[in-house]
This record gives sequence, structure tokens and C-alpha cells, in this order.
Amino acid sequence: MIEARDVSVAIGGKGIVANVDFDMRPGEIAAIVGPNGSGKTTFLRALSGDLAYSGEVTINGRDLSVMKPVEAAMLRAVLPQATTLSFPFTVREIVRLGLLGGRSGALPGEDERLPERALARVDLDGFAGRFYQELSGGEQQRVQLARVLCQVWAPVLDGKPRYLFLDEPVSSLDIKHQLIIMNIARDFARRGGGVVAILHDLNLTAMYADRIFVMHRGRLAATGSPQDVLSDDLIEKVFDCRLRVGVLPAGDMPFVLPQSAV
Amino acid sequence: MVDQSIAGAGTVATASDGDRSGRARIAILALCLGLAVAVLLSLTSGASDASAVSVVGDWLLGAAPGNEALSARDRLIVYDIRLPRVTLGVLIGAALAVSGAVMQGLFRNPLADPGLIGVSAGASLGAVSVIVLGATVLAPITSMLGTLALPLAAFCGGLATTLVLYQVATRRGQTSVATMLLAGIALAALAMALTGILIFMADDRQLRDLTFWQLGSLAGATWQKIGSVGPVIVLALAAMPFLARGLNALALGEATAGHLGIPVQRLKYTAIVGVSAAVGASVAVSGGIGFVGIVVPHLLRLAIGPDNRYLLPASALLGACLLLLADAVARTIVAPAELPIGIVTAIAGAPFFLWILLRKRGVIDL
Repeated sequence: MIEARDVSVAIGGKGIVANVDFDMRPGEIAAIVGPNGSGKTTFLRALSGDLAYSGEVTINGRDLSVMKPVEAAMLRAVLPQATTLSFPFTVREIVRLGLLGGRSGALPGEDERLPERALARVDLDGFAGRFYQELSGGEQQRVQLARVLCQVWAPVLDGKPRYLFLDEPVSSLDIKHQLIIMNIARDFARRGGGVVAILHDLNLTAMYADRIFVMHRGRLAATGSPQDVLSDDLIEKVFDCRLRVGVLPAGDMPFVLPQSAV
Repeated sequence: MVDQSIAGAGTVATASDGDRSGRARIAILALCLGLAVAVLLSLTSGASDASAVSVVGDWLLGAAPGNEALSARDRLIVYDIRLPRVTLGVLIGAALAVSGAVMQGLFRNPLADPGLIGVSAGASLGAVSVIVLGATVLAPITSMLGTLALPLAAFCGGLATTLVLYQVATRRGQTSVATMLLAGIALAALAMALTGILIFMADDRQLRDLTFWQLGSLAGATWQKIGSVGPVIVLALAAMPFLARGLNALALGEATAGHLGIPVQRLKYTAIVGVSAAVGASVAVSGGIGFVGIVVPHLLRLAIGPDNRYLLPASALLGACLLLLADAVARTIVAPAELPIGIVTAIAGAPFFLWILLRKRGVIDL
């Protein structure tokens, strides 16, 4: 259970996020959507413990503001938008850093094999020996996801749920890998963990999210299930763009939706 | 040792599973052996003809009655002149190389070096103050501290610079690396200007002392000097292995290191204090010895990868080996006179560094 009450964040005296309430239960994927600059990433950084905030955030009932880094590291793993390196680490060395902080929750003795297993899950079998810096942006993003998965390999540890915080996890991926990554998130939630993901693709959001938090100018504009939230009015208000939900393109114009995946 | 490291560099990409820890362990073992050889060679090369066999024999026999492996004169040369010099070389080589590796990890930049953020310049200012003002303004202090005055002043100069730097660059518990690098340049310039004033005030004899000290040398190593700076260096080196995991995480950025459970602020603070202690102590006894801190970690990253759990100990060993090698060159190339060791490391290190950059342009991302 993650609960945030009246969270506000200011950076350099400028308010970026104001009075956001946020709840999510284990077993759910919570998607945060909203236009660029609406405060999504800032809010997720506050939730990750990177930024000072006012208000209250608890994870599994414990106050985030008094948690040590190593305690928080056992409760949640964070995937940033992009990670650049200055040193020639191999892919395996990067993924293995996920095991640094604490407890993957894998069976005893399995930790050494986790990097390979995590890489296989993100469809990077055989990439362990490659240099991270030589991979494409999408491959790098999946390497980082494999690292994050190692950190919270077991979605439930000691009977308590753990969480994945994903900041635009599919932004630089092709459609096949978008589906693979979102299925990993769904699987993590079904096995008892929780996922908070910032997403831009509203179709993917509708397909995978159990609950959507719509942010607009630093505030929460709407919350609820995809059916409740994704309406013509809300999209026009928040994204400043007149679109209609559920309308097919006219004539023989092709369209491809992730929901059609078989 | 150098040849071995280069030989390893060509095979980096062939590690099929990406796990280079086995190779790193072998490299560290080889470096241990290499250091033992370098120490023995340093003890036995020079004007006296004490051979490696007789030195080892003397050491093995120890105080046993009838131990005549070394003559009394050779024993004096080996134990009272060469051994302190070798010990100092090992300590300083290790300190400079590890400090470089830690700074590079801290700044996430393979070009970072203690010389860069003003630690060396601050330490120099402290040392020059004692050399120039020791007999006049600072006389009460220097007469009280005796030979400890110079190393202590250099150490304090280095630490003071780093602390000022840290205060300037830290806002609300977050240290900005960019601010720190820029502030380091400013502080180094200030320290050099103040040093310049002192040099302007110096008389002829002091100028000669200053020049030799600034060029860097292991000559004049005594057990007393080692006693004054050795513990500082050993303590700083002993703390650094505890930084290795944290520095690895820091390669992914400060926020991500925190997400992985690393107490980032404490890590940075420990690294900064450790580096300024090690560098301050080194500058105090041997002046400016450049390039060890940049070349050694670079070579090792090519051979065994950037994992600090292996990089830090391997840097200590290779740094010690290379400094002994440089010292051997400094002692013999213009014998019976002696070249300052800083000249040797710069002449060998600078072109070598350029060569690495050209050869590995694709792998080293600057």
C-alpha cells in the first residue's frame, strides 16, 4: 500500500506539484498520465525519496521521510527515464548492481544467476557480455529494467508487497518490446507487488492500468479506472486537444492498437 | 607490469558473459607479484652492489648468528637509505593512484584527478608557506613541530581547500559536481597566486628548496618522514575499499545510487576526506607527482573493467609499481645526479595518456 496525502513539491522556490493525493494497493498497476511539464516525474521523484516534499507519504504504512536509503531500496526499485554512463561497464555488471542494496528475494544461491534471468525476461538474452555504452537507447532502457527487476525480484518479501516505480518505461521501445515490458509490469502486480508507471500512450494505459492518475499543471485532474477517466472532456481539458474516445478512423485508414495483440 | 596491463586491454570485449571478476582477481595476484619484484629491484639497484640474492638471504637469516649475507656497509645502505625510499614510493604511488580512481568514480568522469579540484594546489600552498615563512613569521610553530611542520602544513592546506570546496558546492545536502569542478579551478588559481607571492618573497636558498620540492622527489626519504605521513596514507587507503560498492552504484548517477540503497551524501563525504588526506600527505613529502592518478586507473579499466571492488586495490598495486619504476629511472638516468621523479612521471605519463585516448576513443566516453 502506498499512500500520499496532500503532497506538494517546490524546486528552487517554484511550486511544481501541488496538493496531490495518491493511493495504490498491491496487485495494481497505477498509471500517471498528463501532458509534458505537468509534474509527473517530479511527483514520482518525491515518491522515490529524491526530492523534499510537504505532506505525507507512506509505503506499507511506514513514513517515507524517515526511511534510510537501504530500507527504501528493499521496498521499491526505480527505473529512471534514461541513464548514461562514463565508464565501460558490461551489461552484466550493470544488471548486477541491482543486487547491491539488499534482498532480491530470490531463493538462496540464485542471486548469481539473476542477471542472466532478468536479461532473458526483457528479451536481451546473450547481451550480458556487451558494453552498455554500445547499445541502442531502447536496449539500454531494457538493461536498466533488468537491473531494477533484480532489485525486487520477488514482488512480495516477508509477506509485504514491494513496488516498481517506472518513469516512461516504454518511451524508446518498439511495439513488441512495449508489450513485453508492460506484461512484465502486469505479471509483477498479479504476483502481489505494485507498479507505478508514468505513461504517455493512452491506449497502452487503458489496456494495462488498473487505476489512472491524470496530472495537469502540477495538480491531480482526475483519478479512477480507465473507463471512468478517459473521456472526451477530460482529454480536451488536460491535453488541450480535441480527441474522441473510441472512434475508429474513417474509411480504410489502417490503425494498430496494442489491445489487438494475440 | 605495464606490458601486462596493455596485453589485457585488447581482450576486453571477448569476455562472453560480461563477468570480469575472475580476470580481475588474476590481475591483482599478478600485480602483487609484480610489486614484490619491483621492491626487490629497487632495493638492489644503485651504486652499492648488494645483490637481490644477498638481500633476500639477509632478510631470511635475520638476526641469526653468523648472518653475513650482507656487509655492514651494504646493510646500512639497504635498510637505512633504500628501504625508507622504497616504502615511501610504495605508499605514495598507491595513494596517488587510488585517489585518482576514487575521484573519477565520485565525479563520474574519467578525467577527474585530485590535481584538478585544487587539493594538490592547496597542499602546495601549505608546504610553501612553511618553506618560505618557516624561519620568520611561522617560526614559533615550525620550531615546535620540527620536521612534522611541512607535511602537516601540506595536509592542512589540502584539507582546507577541499572543505571550502565542499561548502561552496553543497546546497541542501546535495553536492553539485559541476560547481565543484569549477570552484576547484578557482580555488586552485587562488592557491597558486598566494604560492606565487610566497615565491616572490623567497630568498635564493629557499627558491632552490622550493624548486626541488615542487618538481617532486622521493630523495631524502627517512623513517621519520614515513612515520609522519605513513599512518595518514595507510588510514586513507584502508577506508577506500569500503567505498567500492557505493562508487559502482554512483556510476549510474546520484539518484539511482540512492535508489539502490547507498547513503550517497556519506559516501561522497568519506571519499573527499580520504582523498584530501592521502593527497595532502603525498604532496607534503614528495611535491607534485603528476599523472599516476590518471594513467593507472585508465590502464586498469581497460584491462579489468571499471568495477571499483577490483579497480581500487589494483590501482594501489600498479600505482606503487609504476612509482618505483619511475624512481629507478630518476635515480639512474643522470647518475650520479638525480632527476626529480615528477619530471619522469610527466614525461612518461603525458604522451602515454594521449596514446590511450587516441587508441580507445570509442570505448572511453569523455
